[in-house]
Amino acid sequence: MSTPKDLKFSETDEWIKVKGNTALIGITDFAQSQLSDIVYVEYELDVDDDFEKDETVATVESVKAAADIHAPVSGTILEINEALIDNPEHLNEDPYGSWLFKISIEDPSEVDALMDAETYDRFCEDRGD
Amino acid sequence: MFTPHTDAERKEMLTALGLKSIEELFSDVPGKFRFPALNLPAGMSEMFAQNYVEGFAGANASTKEFVCFLGAGVYDHYIPAAVDSILRRGEFFTAYTPYQPEISQGTLQSIFEFQSLICNLTSLEVSNASHYDGATAAAEACLMAYAHFREKRKRILLSHAIHPQYREVINTYLSGARDIEIITSGKNEESLSDPREINNLIDEDTALVMVQYPDFFGRVFDLSDLINEAHQKGALVCMIVNPIALGLLKTPGQMGADIAVGEGQPLGIPLSFGGPYLGFIAARKDLVRKLSGRLVGETVDGNGKRGYVLTLTAREQHIRREKATSNICSNQGLMALAATVYMSLLGKSGMQQVSNLCYQNAHYAAQKISELDGFKILTSEPFFHEIVVQCPISIDHLNHHLLEEGILGGYALEHEFPDLKDCMLLAFTEKTNKEIIDVLCEIMKESNHG
Amino acid sequence: MAEPTIYEISSPGRTGFQFHQPDVPVAQLPAELKRNDLPFPEVSEVDVIRHFTRLSQLNYGIDLGFYPLGSCTMKYNPRINEEMARLSGFAMAHPLQPIETVQGNLALIYQLQEWLKEISGFSGITLQPAAGAQGEFVGGLIMRAYHLSRNDLKRTKILVPDSAHGTNPATSSMSGFEVVNIPSDSRGNIDLEKLKEICDDCVAGLMLTNPNTLGLFEEHLQEVIAIIHEKGGLVYGDGANFNALLGIIKPGEVGFDIMHFNLHKTFSTPHGGGGPGSGPVAVAAHLVDFLPAPVVGIVEEGDDETPPLYGFITPSKSIGRMKSFYGHFGVLVRAFTYIAMHGANGLRNISENAVLNANYLKKLLGNAYTVPYDRACMHEFVAEGFWDDAPGIHALDVAKRMMDYGIHPPTNYFPLIVKEALMIEPTETESKQEIEHFAEIMKTIAHEAHTEPELLHTAPHHTPIGRLDEVKAAKDLVLCCWIPPEE
Repeated sequence: MSTPKDLKFSETDEWIKVKGNTALIGITDFAQSQLSDIVYVEYELDVDDDFEKDETVATVESVKAAADIHAPVSGTILEINEALIDNPEHLNEDPYGSWLFKISIEDPSEVDALMDAETYDRFCEDRGD
Repeated sequence: MFTPHTDAERKEMLTALGLKSIEELFSDVPGKFRFPALNLPAGMSEMFAQNYVEGFAGANASTKEFVCFLGAGVYDHYIPAAVDSILRRGEFFTAYTPYQPEISQGTLQSIFEFQSLICNLTSLEVSNASHYDGATAAAEACLMAYAHFREKRKRILLSHAIHPQYREVINTYLSGARDIEIITSGKNEESLSDPREINNLIDEDTALVMVQYPDFFGRVFDLSDLINEAHQKGALVCMIVNPIALGLLKTPGQMGADIAVGEGQPLGIPLSFGGPYLGFIAARKDLVRKLSGRLVGETVDGNGKRGYVLTLTAREQHIRREKATSNICSNQGLMALAATVYMSLLGKSGMQQVSNLCYQNAHYAAQKISELDGFKILTSEPFFHEIVVQCPISIDHLNHHLLEEGILGGYALEHEFPDLKDCMLLAFTEKTNKEIIDVLCEIMKESNHG
Repeated sequence: MAEPTIYEISSPGRTGFQFHQPDVPVAQLPAELKRNDLPFPEVSEVDVIRHFTRLSQLNYGIDLGFYPLGSCTMKYNPRINEEMARLSGFAMAHPLQPIETVQGNLALIYQLQEWLKEISGFSGITLQPAAGAQGEFVGGLIMRAYHLSRNDLKRTKILVPDSAHGTNPATSSMSGFEVVNIPSDSRGNIDLEKLKEICDDCVAGLMLTNPNTLGLFEEHLQEVIAIIHEKGGLVYGDGANFNALLGIIKPGEVGFDIMHFNLHKTFSTPHGGGGPGSGPVAVAAHLVDFLPAPVVGIVEEGDDETPPLYGFITPSKSIGRMKSFYGHFGVLVRAFTYIAMHGANGLRNISENAVLNANYLKKLLGNAYTVPYDRACMHEFVAEGFWDDAPGIHALDVAKRMMDYGIHPPTNYFPLIVKEALMIEPTETESKQEIEHFAEIMKTIAHEAHTEPELLHTAPHHTPIGRLDEVKAAKDLVLCCWIPPEE
């Protein structure tokens, strides 16, 4: 799967898609393939909750593993993707089309510090298998 | 004995490894500390070991020869012969945790049936595969509530009429989580006050309200209104239940409780001087991810054949490591099997019968004891199978007298409940009857006058 | 066909067990406190016995064959232990009886405390913990209480090697600590340089499994302990692998401060399909006062004519009670019987043979599997379950194929620091022939992995059921066979 060029990426394998002051957050194709079959998404935050960069905002469970989802930037939750609660497999099937949170961004400079698609691809390759 | 190698075989194996002596295998062990002397008695043959161990067993009084009115959380019930005959099957007791489902369907399906029976007993939707005992299950329920509110609600309310050892264990378990506040209701001088008065303490910071049912003193209160009030403040409610009582009594699910825990010992598990017993924990379905310990779920194999696996394992310590709700690993597999066989064998009618026998015997005893001069029943109606009796003489003195007549008397309450001086807790199971209770009353009467 | 559930064989009105009628006047339970219905199965005794006997036949146990499950010490469970635990003086004693009526039980607990202290080289012990994980929790809380008692409030971290069991980090957080992982070096030891770098005066302690989960004895054990002690931390020994060390070394003498035992591993008590375990915790002299309450002690000295009176003692700075009563007494009786039968020589013989068997097996496997950190192992070793020239084969496939040969697979995917790990622990109760037979099977499977990989991918073929759909289990979440309809 090719990595979308219009997204930015964190070292903990989250993507962010910025639109003005708001953004969508999800997990990358690399993250979903490492986890394999995802069976559950747990949201740790509710709408209107504030969060700091790197804070755990959700947990994703597969049959054999569990991963914390970290906020790539600081901000406030605007919307939670409820559809993933019933259909967590969407994260496997379409990682870049399945967002977890819609947020408002507190500090746009935090976005600039994230990786672009090319850098992220290299970052994944460097981690080997 | 249990190490099969002959000297010759051992030698062959060492030769294959290019070694002269077995000591060479331990060269990584610091020489200074290697091969210490162990000051232990010489090993015994099986026959001598049996005699030796039987000597210890023989130095106890047990409920085999003595009539038992001791309860306080652990009860002397009859165990049908079928239970132990299943437990003795090597395929069950010499198996490990069912990590390889293809060759563990026996363990997995019996745990699945255990979960089903516990759900149906408590009228709740999910049950785990077991905990160490009732007290640790109660402590795990507190951790579960704390995690459910993402550590934002910090207060745990415990009824004063909970088993004192449960309160102690909860305090120990939560002592590592520094910002949980544990509050026990009631005052020392009012041990027998209504446990539902805990409702005054519930606030927006309360994660869990924990109440025992029947309570430690044997009393049965309808907790529906209390549970309702707790829910209005957003708190969860956990009931500590006696599984035998649930053969007759309104269930946690019926009253709206979120979690039920309990001691499964009365379900076909021997007294065994305190363990191993069986903790159980059941909850509403939406709390399933916070339930600690193992869970078995139904699924199918590649051919569509029904089978069972450990499921939701991503919650557990071996995957979540420091983020797991609990560190529990080994549970009480074989004890859960005992309870499963017991509940299956008794079935609907047997569970109702044993529950009813306990209830009837206790009520007859309460009536008879209340007629004795100087003795008073402090447990209010309705109660299940335990009563608080206030005595005109010291409990030590009375119990000593009972012991001489082959009776294990009640549990003295004043150490843990100072206002209940000269009071004891007496328990009645199906193993007592009219005649034995009459003898008990006769001796109590004599003790008072003698 | 699958065995039906106990609910599926239920027939309304059938009874499996008949109690007597009450012989006392009947009292009425208030109607508003009665439950509606009791949705329990209705079956006969023969239904029950056949159902559970058939279920048992779907299981694999030590009684059926070799069970090389690494880190679990699946040794033979002697039958005499089972008989002893069922003696009525033990099995039918109520835990709240007056101490005068249970002197036999208390004497046995006391004697077992003394023996385990002697075997491990510690000064104090509690037999209360229900399992290894609870023992660790006791250890974590003792560390916490010890530092707090010295008004040393800055110790917030516990060091855990990357090869540790998952219970170690989980326990550390339950005990209120932050977990810091310590990497291993190229020989499978703790990385000493990293340890020195990380260890400071905020460290409450280190949790160390020795031999570690690679089956290797920590080569710098004394230095590791010294580094922690120098900074004021405590060293906790995870005794999961103690089967390698009986009469070989006393952890208390080398400087461990705390250690738990797994009686269900080292001391032959059965695993029971996942419990009950028993996890006594021994401590060095400076920690004795922190042990959970109660411990068994002599409360009145005896003399030539009268035995001492045993009773319960609450240590002065006790962390409190960990569970009801005094531990898994029935399990303690089994371990006690086992130690009585072995004595000092017998115990050392156990560890010697356990280590010999593991090394012999490792040798027999030759080059068929890669063993990283290849040096003399203790009671177990870890091999890799994959080959570069057998693409697509994983440790899981090897494990599943092993079942077709009538053997329980080794632990797989643990420890996490070995890729596709197969963790193999033969134990001392297996014969030379059994080990050779197993080695042949392992080699056959390695060969099949290269020549007929499909055989491994689709394994097992000869078990009561095939590979199960774990994704479906986790998504559909059927945890209960029958819920009555809502009223």
